[in-house]
Amino acid sequence: MSEGYSPVMPANAYNWAAVWHRNFLAWRKVAVASVLGNLADPMTNLFGLGFGLGIIVGRVDGTPYIAFLAAGMVATSAMTAATFETLYAVFARMDTQRTWDAILSTQLTLGDIVLGELVWAASKAVLAGTAIWTVAAILGYAEWPSIVYSVPAIALTGVVFASLAMIVISLAPSYDYFVFYQTLVMTPMVFLCGAVFPLDQLPSTLQHVASVLPLAHSVELIRPAMLGRPAGSIALHVSALCVYAVLPFFLSTAIFRRRLMR
Amino acid sequence: MTMSTLAINLAGVRKAFGGKIVVDELSFSVARGECFGLLGPNGAGKSTITRMILGMVSPDEGEITVLGQPVPTRARLARVRIGVVPQFDNLELNFTVRENLLVFGRYFNKSAREIEALTPSLLEFARLESKAEVRVAELSGGMKRRLTLARALINDPHLLIMDEPTTGLDPHARHLIWERLRVLLARGKTILMTTHFMEEAERLCSRLCVLEQGRKIAEGKPQELIDAHIGCDVVEIYGGNPRDLCAQVGPYVRHMEVSGETLFCYSSDPEQVRAQLRGRAGLRLLQRPPNLEDVFLRVTGRELEN
Repeated sequence: MSEGYSPVMPANAYNWAAVWHRNFLAWRKVAVASVLGNLADPMTNLFGLGFGLGIIVGRVDGTPYIAFLAAGMVATSAMTAATFETLYAVFARMDTQRTWDAILSTQLTLGDIVLGELVWAASKAVLAGTAIWTVAAILGYAEWPSIVYSVPAIALTGVVFASLAMIVISLAPSYDYFVFYQTLVMTPMVFLCGAVFPLDQLPSTLQHVASVLPLAHSVELIRPAMLGRPAGSIALHVSALCVYAVLPFFLSTAIFRRRLMR
Repeated sequence: MTMSTLAINLAGVRKAFGGKIVVDELSFSVARGECFGLLGPNGAGKSTITRMILGMVSPDEGEITVLGQPVPTRARLARVRIGVVPQFDNLELNFTVRENLLVFGRYFNKSAREIEALTPSLLEFARLESKAEVRVAELSGGMKRRLTLARALINDPHLLIMDEPTTGLDPHARHLIWERLRVLLARGKTILMTTHFMEEAERLCSRLCVLEQGRKIAEGKPQELIDAHIGCDVVEIYGGNPRDLCAQVGPYVRHMEVSGETLFCYSSDPEQVRAQLRGRAGLRLLQRPPNLEDVFLRVTGRELEN
């Protein structure tokens, strides 16, 4: 890309890594607490719902309910980890801690920073999603070799939800607004996207809504992999997720520019 | 001056935020190796100007060139050779001093090994040798400022941009920063600083530009500005009614300004002024050489508020 095409787009293919590295260094200091925080919620859901509800539900789509649920929890934990990292930690670095302001005085561009934050949030999603995946695999609810397909799908899920949350923080005046995104977007998405029960349980109109939601595409990629089933429409799901990752990146970068560099 | 000897050139720069003009038809240039001051009260547009020079704010009109690069289009290339000390410290509070340098060096694509090699000399420069492993949150205000200064040097910049470098520091910490900045100037660095602190400007700046509401109202070397606008001693009188005093000393002064409860008399014969007021109880007089504060008062009709 020619220098000067846009002073806010990523300057090159590697500048973002400096931002990632800064976040890694900060995370390393609180790694144990951070990992526990990321895992507690999906583990509770997996065992609580999986064993508790599983007794009543019995088998779903020909597998034990907890095995069905495991893929949903892997996708959901990736979504939650990436979203919360972006909403709270990235917002702090962008706004209150002035970390971005310091970085903008170096040779990094705004796009380099946003990209670095996205990759970092996705890294935390990979950590959370893979941990749940591993627990599921140890319990026999996932096929070990399928980790080769599952991890890229988890990573893509992380980028997507970090990217979407980036729009939220680019617009939000303060932390107080994040709760609307959590309650009105994320929680419904868990129930609409086949994470905890099969999509065909939903009325057909809601199934159409679900078919465009990003978490549904993540679940459709991760569940067949974990259960060792052939996955359909991989290209469609990957393309949809890529759109959800890329468009918000450009949109949020443009909004950040208005906010920080007017 | 040719472009290659200029570190910064602004020509006809204008910026408005929401209809309010913040920088108005501003032109000035900074030669390589000099310390140039932007002097003015809060709200004069100083911070906006520094942000425009860094490419973080785009001017509505006018041209900006920094280290040979047009800004903001190629500001990133200019920033490779710029070090910034912002008005508010934005260090990583949970990182150690050493980690702060490491993280910041990475933003300039330096490897961990390169940064480690640079760290001892930067810590020595900032007088923070014994603090390398201390968390920044535990440092004093003066130490944080010095670390910010060391951090700004990690890319060996040609140009340093400092927004109010000593605001909020105690006198001892301030003098230490000034001494460090003089060392940098001796090494040939260019410094652009904003300040509302007259002593700072007089001590450090080879030239300065006085701003009021985004407009340049005076430019030159500090002593030349003082000579041109004042050129005589000042007697400050307080403790009486300034209006009454005006009438009494008026015939013996070149010029007077009233600011708050103080009357400033600019007189080439200060003894006459003192003689007129002898015997008046409750008055306090201070005679002193003129300074930039007087220049500012003279050209704007008001004092610089802190």
